[in-house]
Amino acid sequence: MAQEKQPQRKKIESTGRMMKIMSEYFYDLNAAAESPDRKVAWCTSVGPAELLRAMGFAVHFPENHAAMLGATRMATELIPEANTIGYSPDICSYLTADIGAHLKGISPLARAYPGIEAPPRPDVLVYNTNQCRDVQDWFSWYAREFNVPCIGITSPKNFTDVSEILVDDVSRQIEALIPTLEEVSGQPLDMARLRETVALSRECTELWRQVLETAMAVPAPLTFFDGTIHMGPAVVLRGTRQAVDYYRQLLAELQQRIADGSGAVDDELYRIYWEGMPVWGRLRQHSELFARLNVSVLVSTYCSSWIFPDFDPEEPIRSMARAYLGLFIVRSDTYKEQYIKQMLEKFHIDGIIYHDAKTCPCNSNSRYGMPQRLERETGIPSLVISGDLNDLRCVSDEQTVTNVEAFIEQLEERKDHA
Amino acid sequence: MTRPVFIGLDMGASRTKVVAIDDQGTLLGHAVKKSGIDFAATAAICLDDALAGAGAGRSDIAAAMATGYGRSNVAFVTSRSKTEISCHARGCFHSFPEALTIIDIGGQDNKIIKLDAAGRRQGFKMNRKCAAGTGAFLEEMSARLDIPLEEMNNLARRATEMIKIGSYCTVFSATEVLESIRHGKPVADIIKGIFYSMIQRVLEMDSLTEKVVLCGGVVAHNPYLVEMTEEMIGRPVLLPEYPQLTGAIGAALFAREEAGKR
Repeated sequence: MAQEKQPQRKKIESTGRMMKIMSEYFYDLNAAAESPDRKVAWCTSVGPAELLRAMGFAVHFPENHAAMLGATRMATELIPEANTIGYSPDICSYLTADIGAHLKGISPLARAYPGIEAPPRPDVLVYNTNQCRDVQDWFSWYAREFNVPCIGITSPKNFTDVSEILVDDVSRQIEALIPTLEEVSGQPLDMARLRETVALSRECTELWRQVLETAMAVPAPLTFFDGTIHMGPAVVLRGTRQAVDYYRQLLAELQQRIADGSGAVDDELYRIYWEGMPVWGRLRQHSELFARLNVSVLVSTYCSSWIFPDFDPEEPIRSMARAYLGLFIVRSDTYKEQYIKQMLEKFHIDGIIYHDAKTCPCNSNSRYGMPQRLERETGIPSLVISGDLNDLRCVSDEQTVTNVEAFIEQLEERKDHA
Repeated sequence: MTRPVFIGLDMGASRTKVVAIDDQGTLLGHAVKKSGIDFAATAAICLDDALAGAGAGRSDIAAAMATGYGRSNVAFVTSRSKTEISCHARGCFHSFPEALTIIDIGGQDNKIIKLDAAGRRQGFKMNRKCAAGTGAFLEEMSARLDIPLEEMNNLARRATEMIKIGSYCTVFSATEVLESIRHGKPVADIIKGIFYSMIQRVLEMDSLTEKVVLCGGVVAHNPYLVEMTEEMIGRPVLLPEYPQLTGAIGAALFAREEAGKR
C-alpha cells in the first residue's frame, strides 16, 4: 500500500516565551479582580483597549477566552447551555460557548493556570460593534449578570473609504466613554499615558505586521496556524511593553528561518491564502492535513486584522477611531476585494480557501459572490469549506479533507498543464 | 504477467465499485457491492469479482488506485489515492472529451465539477453537510413510504401530477411527504416530487455550462432522474455507459498513467 507521508510541523522556539507572558497576563488579571484597588474592564478584541489600559484597567478579552474554549474543544459541550436560555445555535458560537462556560462555572483558564478559577469579574464592559452586533449582545448579557455598566461604540459598517466624517463619529463615541470609565476607575484620563499606550500599540502591531510578512518568503517560515497562536499577545497585550518585546524575539527567529531557507512546511509546493476564521477545535488537524500535502497556508485576513498602522500618539483618540474603522471586517466588499487581491500578489498565492463559518456571517466572505468575483479577476482558484469557529457540530472532517485534497489536486493539474 | 490490467476502486459511503481496464482504457470487468462496515473485505471481494470478469488474476495487476470516502482503507493499491472529484472528472472526460459540467449524485454527497475542453478542472462544489439531494435522501424517503428503492423509478414515471416538496431538510421533507399521504395524494405523484426536489437541490449548487454529464449510483438506478434533469435544464444530458463506475474508471485511468511514468 502506498504510505501516506507523515506531517512535519516545525516548532517555533519563541513559543515558550509567549506562553510565559500570556501566563503572566492571566495571573495579573486574576490578581486585579481580587484586589480592591484595581478595576477590570472587559473589551472586544478591536475595542478601545488603549483607552482602558491608559486608565489603569486590567483588560480581559472575552473573544480570547472563547477561542480558548474552542481550541480546547470544550465549546461544543457548552454552547447548548446558552441555547437553552434563548441564545440560538445560529448566532456567534464565541458568545454561546463563553456564556455557556459561565453558566456551567468552568473555564480553560482553570485547566491551564492553577489558582485561576474563571475569567476576572468585570467592573465595566466595553464593546465596539465594528466586528458584529453579537459582541454587544454578549456583553449586555454579562452586564445584567454582574450588574455593571456596559458601554461601547456603535460602528459604521460596509464603507469603502475611512472618511473624516466616520472618524469624527467614532472619535466622539470614544470620548463619550470617558466619563463612565473615569467614574468606574476613580481616576481621570491621563492624556500622556494614553499617548504612550497608543505608541506601544502602534509598535506592537507594526512588529506583528513584520512577523506576518516574513511569510512572503519562499518557503514561508510560518503558517496561518502558527499565526493564530502567536497573535495572542497582539490581541490581549496590545499597548504593553511585553508584547513589543515578544514580537521582536519572534521576528528574529523567523528571519533566521528565512536566512536558513527553512520553511514551516517541508518541501512547500503550494501557497494558500486563508479567508475567514480558523476552526479552533481543528487547528492541529488542519495544520497536519496541509503539511502532509506540502501545502503552506501562510497568510490570512484573520491574523492580519491586528495590524493597525493608523495608531498615532500625536492624535491618540482620532487615530484610535481611524484604526478601529480600518478593520477589514467592517469594510465593504469593494475594499475587501482590493485588499485580498493585493495580498495574493504580495504573498505569491496559488489558491484561496474561504472558511464559511456557520455562526459567524461577518467573518464568512463567501456568501455574497466574492470567491467568484475574485477568481474571475485574478484567475486564482478558490475553495469554500463549511465549518465553524467553535461549534464542532457544524464541522464535517471527512468533507473538509476531501474538499481540501480535491482542491490541491486541482492546483496540481494547473501546474501540470502549465 | 500475461495481460496487464489496471484497477480503479471507488469506495463510496454506500457502495464500493471496482473496475479492471486494459492498457487501451477498455473496461474488462467490474463489480459493485454495498460498502458495509468492513471496507477492506468488501474491497477485496469486489477486486476478485472484477478480475474474474476480466479473465485476470491478482498477478495481472499492473497498477491500482483507490478513490472515494474509504480510499485510505484499501490494501492492494499501488498509487497514492486521489479524491473522487478528480476521478469522476477523469472518468467522465474519458467518455466525453470536451468542456463539461459533471453532476455526480452519490449515496452521501453530490458534486458539481467543471472541466475545460482540455479536461482541466476549473472548479468544483460539494454539497454542504446536508443530505438534501443525495442518495441518502432517497433512502430516507423510501423508508418513510415503505417502498423499495428499486421501485421508486417506475412509480415516479407513472405519476400524473407532481407533489412539490418545499423544504431543504430531509426530516422536514419527510414530514411534508407524510402530510401528503395523510391527504390521500397518490404515491407516484409524491415520488415524482421527491425526485424533483433532489435534482433541484443539486442544480442550486452551481451554474451549469453547455454540456452536462450525470453520473453516480443514484442516476444509474433511477434513469427517470436523467429525463427530469433534461426537462428542468432544457437540454439533453450526457450519460456515460456505466454512470455508477465513472469514479472507479477515473481511478483506473490515473493508475495506468502513473504506471506509464514509472
